[in-house]
Order: sequence, then C-alpha cells, then structure tokens
Amino acid sequence: MTEMSGADMVVQALVDLGVDTVFGYPGGAVLPIYDALYKHPTIQHILVRHEQAATHAAEGYARSTGKPGVVLVTSGPGATNAVTGITDALLDSIPMVVLTGQVSTALIGTDAFQECDTVGITRHCTKHNYLVMDPERLGPILHEAFHIATHGRPGPVVIDIPKNVQVATGEYVVPENILHNSYRPQVEPDGDAIARAVAMIAAAERPVFYTGGGVINAGPAASAALRQLVALTGAPVTSTLMGLGAFPSDDEKWLGMLGMHGTYEANMAMNRADLIIAVGARFDDRVTGRLDAFSPDSKKIHIDIDRSSINKIVPVDLAIVGDAGRALAAIVADWQAAGHKARDLGEWWRRVDGWRATRCLDFPEKKEADAEIMPQRAVKALFDATRGRDPIVTTEVGQHQMWAAQHFGFADPNRWLTSGGLGTMGYGFPAAVGAQIANPDRLVICIAGEASLQMNIQEMGTVAQYRLPVKIFILNNEWMGMVRQWQELTYESRYSNSYSDSLPDFVKLADAYGWTGLRIDTLGELEAGIQTMLDTPGPVIVDCRVAKLANCFPMIPSGAAHTDMILQPSDVTGTMDDEAKALV
Amino acid sequence: MKIKTEAGERHVLAITVDNEAGVLAKITGLFTARGYNIESLTVADITADHALSRITIVTSGPPPIIDQIIAQLDRLVPVHKVVDLNDAGEAHVEREIALVKVAGTGDKRIEALRLADVFRAKVVDTTLSSFIFEITGNSDKVNRFIALMRECGLVEVGRTGVVAIARGPEAL
Ligand SMILES: Cc1ncc(C[n+]2csc(CCOP(=O)(O)OP(=O)(O)O)c2C)c(N)n1
Ligand SMILES: [Mg+2]
Repeated sequence: MTEMSGADMVVQALVDLGVDTVFGYPGGAVLPIYDALYKHPTIQHILVRHEQAATHAAEGYARSTGKPGVVLVTSGPGATNAVTGITDALLDSIPMVVLTGQVSTALIGTDAFQECDTVGITRHCTKHNYLVMDPERLGPILHEAFHIATHGRPGPVVIDIPKNVQVATGEYVVPENILHNSYRPQVEPDGDAIARAVAMIAAAERPVFYTGGGVINAGPAASAALRQLVALTGAPVTSTLMGLGAFPSDDEKWLGMLGMHGTYEANMAMNRADLIIAVGARFDDRVTGRLDAFSPDSKKIHIDIDRSSINKIVPVDLAIVGDAGRALAAIVADWQAAGHKARDLGEWWRRVDGWRATRCLDFPEKKEADAEIMPQRAVKALFDATRGRDPIVTTEVGQHQMWAAQHFGFADPNRWLTSGGLGTMGYGFPAAVGAQIANPDRLVICIAGEASLQMNIQEMGTVAQYRLPVKIFILNNEWMGMVRQWQELTYESRYSNSYSDSLPDFVKLADAYGWTGLRIDTLGELEAGIQTMLDTPGPVIVDCRVAKLANCFPMIPSGAAHTDMILQPSDVTGTMDDEAKALV
Repeated sequence: MKIKTEAGERHVLAITVDNEAGVLAKITGLFTARGYNIESLTVADITADHALSRITIVTSGPPPIIDQIIAQLDRLVPVHKVVDLNDAGEAHVEREIALVKVAGTGDKRIEALRLADVFRAKVVDTTLSSFIFEITGNSDKVNRFIALMRECGLVEVGRTGVVAIARGPEAL
C-alpha cells in the first residue's frame, strides 16, 4: 500500500483508466491536481480559453473516438462555465467525465470564495454526480464514474473534489468490481422480442428504418449490423440529425435525414409506412412534427437502451430494450436462421421514388462566376472537394447546420459532430478542436455560422497553441439566419435582434491569432477557395460570404404534420396561430 | 391560448435507493423538472447498515405518465427498484400518521374526544384547553378525521405522508 495525495490518486486513476487527454482550465481549487498532472507526462492536458469550450472539445473527442471525454475545471465560475457543455452531453448521450475543484470541506456551505453548489447545479444535467469528501473514495468513485459515463445510455458524470481532499493523503483503491450496486442497464435484448421483430419486419409491406444517435453510440459494429439488416430486408433507411453516418448516404436505400428539415421522401415514407423500426432514436419533436399525425398507419418497433425512451412520446407496438448493435445483430441472426428472404418491396419503392422526384433539396441559384453563393452550393462544393479524404465535420447551430446535414454526405459513423438535443451555438468550433486532438492526422472541418462561431471564438488561441490544423468554414450570411427564418415564418418579418451587426473581419482575426484567413465572395471563387483551404497546412478560417436571405427548406413548420412540408419559399403562406407559435 | 393539463389516477410508488447524499433532491427534482405531481413523499433508511432508503411517493397521472415516471426513476443511478403498488390492485396496505392539535373547552372539547374515540385516535398530550391526537390510517381516514376536527377547534396538523407495502409474504 502506498500513501498518496488525493490529487495524485486522481491522476493515477486517469492513467489506469486509459485516459490520454484532459481538456481543462486551472484555478485555485484544482491547483493540486494541476500540480499532479505536471508530473505525469503521459496525460496530455489541452488548455482551452473558456471552460465551456473544454466540455465541447471533450464531446468532440468522445464523438469522434467513442471514448469518454475528460474535463478538468476549477470551482465556482469554472464549474458554472462547464454547465452548458455538460447539458449538451446529457441531451446527446455523450460519454464525459468532468472533474471540478471545490472549496475545502470545512468551507462548503459558507459562501466561500469561488464556491458554488456544483453537485446541486449539475444534479439534473448529469447522468450522475459525486461530491468526494474522503480521499480514499477517489479511486472507487473515478472508476465508477467512467463506468457510468460509458455504460448503458452514455452521458456526463461530474466529480466535485474539495481542495483539502486533493491535498490529503490516503490509500489509492482500485475497485475490483466496478459493477455499480444499483446501476445495471439492460444491454442484451430479449430473445422473444427479437423474434417478434423479425416476424413483423418479414411481414411488412412498407417498412422504414428510422435510426438515431444510439446507433453511433453503440459503436461501429452497430452501423455494420444496420447495413447488413437493410441489405437483407431491402427496406429504406432514414435517420435523425444525430444518426447521420450510421448508414452510407450514397446508398440507394438512403432517404436522407427526416424531421423538420428532413427530406420529403423521408418524411412521407414515415407517414405512409406500415412498419417503423426505430433504432436508437427517441421520437424528438423535431422529428415527429405534429404528434397526432405522426405515422398514423404504422406498427412501431422501438429499440433503445433507455427504457424511459420507450412510449415517452409515441406509443409503440414492440419495445426492445438493449444495446442497438446487439439488437440489430440479433435480428440479423434470427432473420437468417429463419431463412427469410427480402419481400418484394417494389410497390413501396415506386412510391418512394415518386416522392424523391420532387427533388426537395434542389435550390434556385445563378450560375455566373460573379453570382452570390447559395449556402447549399457552398456545402456541396465542400463535400465534393473533400470526397475521399474522409473528413470529420462539426457544425455550429442554425441554418448552416441544417444545410450541412442535408448536403454533406457521410459514409461512416463518428464523422458528423453536431449539437442536436440542446442545439448549442458555440459547440462546433471547440468540438472540432477536440476531434482534431483525438485524430491529429485527419481533416477536421467546422461548418460554422458567423453568429455561432463568435460564441467560442476565443478557442482560436487554443488551436494556435497546439498547432492544430482545424479548418473553419463560415457560411457567413450576416444574419442569425435561423432566427430570421422563423421571424419571417411566424412574425411577419419583424427582424428583432437577428442581424449579425459589427462582425469582425475574420481574415484579420485569423492573422491576429497566427492562422491563415481567406475570404470567398463569389461563386467563381468557391472551388479555388476551398482548395486553398485544404492545401494550406495549419489552421484556416474561411469567411465564405453566402446569399444573405436564403432560407432552409424543406421545412415542417412547427405544429404541422409530415405531410405538410414547405418545399420552397413560395409555399409559405399566412401567419401562425398562438398554438403553433407556442411550439419551439 | 390556454395551457391544458391532464388529470389522472392516484398511484403509490415504492422506491428503494442508495442512502447517499443528494438522492432525495435527485428524485424530487426529477418530478419538478418533468412536471409530475407529488401528493406525498416519505423517506427513511430501512436496512441495518443504513445503506438503503425506501421512498414512498404518492403521485397521479394518466397511465402513460405513470409508466414514464417509473421508467425515469428506474434509470437514475442510485435507484435500485421502483414498484407501483397499484399494480397489486388493492392488495397493499397504506398508512400515515397525523398529529392533530385541537383547542377548546366545554362541548367542543367533549365532542373532539368522542370523535377521536370513534376514529381510534390516541390522546398523546393534553392541557385543560387542548388535546393532541395521534391518528393512524389511510389518507382517507386521516382526511376525514381532520375535517371533523376543523369543527372542534383544530389549531395545527402534522402529517407523515404515506407509507405503503404490498400484502402477502413476498418482499418488494
Ligand atoms: C447558445 C444559443 N443561443 C441561442 C440559440 C438560438 N439560435 C438558434 S440558431 C441561431 C442563429 C444562428 O446564427 P448563425 O450562427 O449565423 O447561423 P445561421 O442560422 O445564420 O446559419 C440562434 C440565435 C441557440 N441555438 N444557442
Ligand atoms: Mg448566420
């Protein structure tokens, strides 16, 4: 038995848990841990410029690798700054462990300097949290925290460590058995339910796979099983924003994303289906549209690792609680064992092709070299220019995010990093930082809006410090475009505070931080500009000026059904009633 | 525009949890954050080593909401087990204790004592002008007793909230 300080135990536990990177920011209440880190060269500490960015970087790290992201921040403002990213990780089920410093135990509750009730504040935005009052609990709690963050439905776990607990010494204990005494998520799906699912799929005439972020969280094997099952059954596939990449976008069975800014064919197929197989998706309001009109004639199978997701929004006919990958693999195995052949879904596919013929993602544009760039064109050009380079793409939140989701294709999981559940502006850039740290040799691009980017733009310093070759591609429309779009649809174009006034000169800003900056103004410059970005080593910020008033379509207006999609601007009519206005 | 709310049936949930700091806040916070009702809540540790607590919550809601409440409670890390005692039909026993103080003299005082006897409430404290009654029973009985005491000089009530347990030899 060796006595060591609490701070050393923390670092030792991180080493034992295989942590290679910590995103953080120091302060008084975590100085002992920072000092312990100083002596452990195997753990790389990435010094961000704001604690919110540490949490998003950890999310980017986690989403692109499947490993938990780790954050270290000080008490008080350090902890409160981390809350947005913790909540983001909760809503998107991202595994994350956040270590926060706390004032010494004797000072807790006295409104001490930089004290805040971190466990209280984070109680409902974490999967679980701890306040450690005894250094000998540090080993067991850290090991348990990583277990909880990564098992079952992943999520963020906060460990609040008072400063005197970091300084005090004791025995570092590694629990033999990290099975939590009450937390036992069901990962293995029920065999009978699997058999029933197989029978339902085999009997369906109009089946659709509706997949979500759970397929990504279940690891690459889940995506592989999904592809296999789709090949066996011949059914079409759509996915949520969070699930993009689980199924290849160039496959003929791919319908595109569904939901508010999903494709016409995906939403119509959901509406007319006789069987929906929901896998790791949670029937979010952005997906379902008006609930009483959601897929009215279908039977529904719901595979989810979180039992509380089942029947939460939409009642289902068959629930399968378990890991998405295991459930899909079990369905594949049962399907094959039963000797099922894919049904003739020709009639169903003819209807799908009819919806596809609306070409809902097409957009009007001028083709001259000096024409303004349509934002959709910019995303398509970026996609075309990076084909074969297998980029990791992050986004901020707004129209650019939806255009990226619509027009950038993904062949594999863990390439698409976006804030879906919380919709956090300021996520994309730090997430790109985290993804680049985790994947130093990959091409990492943040597709940003000029407004969102400014929410964590200080991270340009982090990128410069660690010489990360992150590329930021701004679709600069000089507007909080998504807000302006809603104001047009809902408030008769009263543009209350949605103009991005007083923008910085992003090229000069790049220069100030030692980045390369370039600006693209016209369609004729687009391809060459993107190429220059890709050919320039190191970090590059591209200020791509796009059509200022373009809106994102197709769109299901709030409170409308899948069948009431607005396909183009000319479909927009009238104003909204209060019921519709009340929906976010 | 008016905001609609949905009424529903009363359910008694028995929840066993790790007896650790913050667990009660986690559970009550879940109810407030998700807009579920709490009509009554009781908690105490129930094992010799003080490792486990039992929380009894009386809530109400339509069946899908009750299912959601159970699923949401069940996925909390420190929660071991959630049982809806209504699933056992009427086959569970519910009790709560109330301490009821009434003040008065003369006929009111005599009437209070008589009613207490009918309800098998015990007198646990008395002065020349007051009684404290202890009454045990299901919430209905306690409610009825308190309603009657309002007419007999009720001045103060303390209630424990409901504890409940399923009938029969099995454990939860
Ligand atoms: C932190 C935060 N605050 C506010 C919002 C609401 N919001 C959603 S999109 C948006 C505008 C985003 O503007 P920009 O980044 O320029 O993207 P665009 O829509 O123009 O592509 C706003 C304000 C949000 N999602 N996140
Ligand atoms: Mg914008």
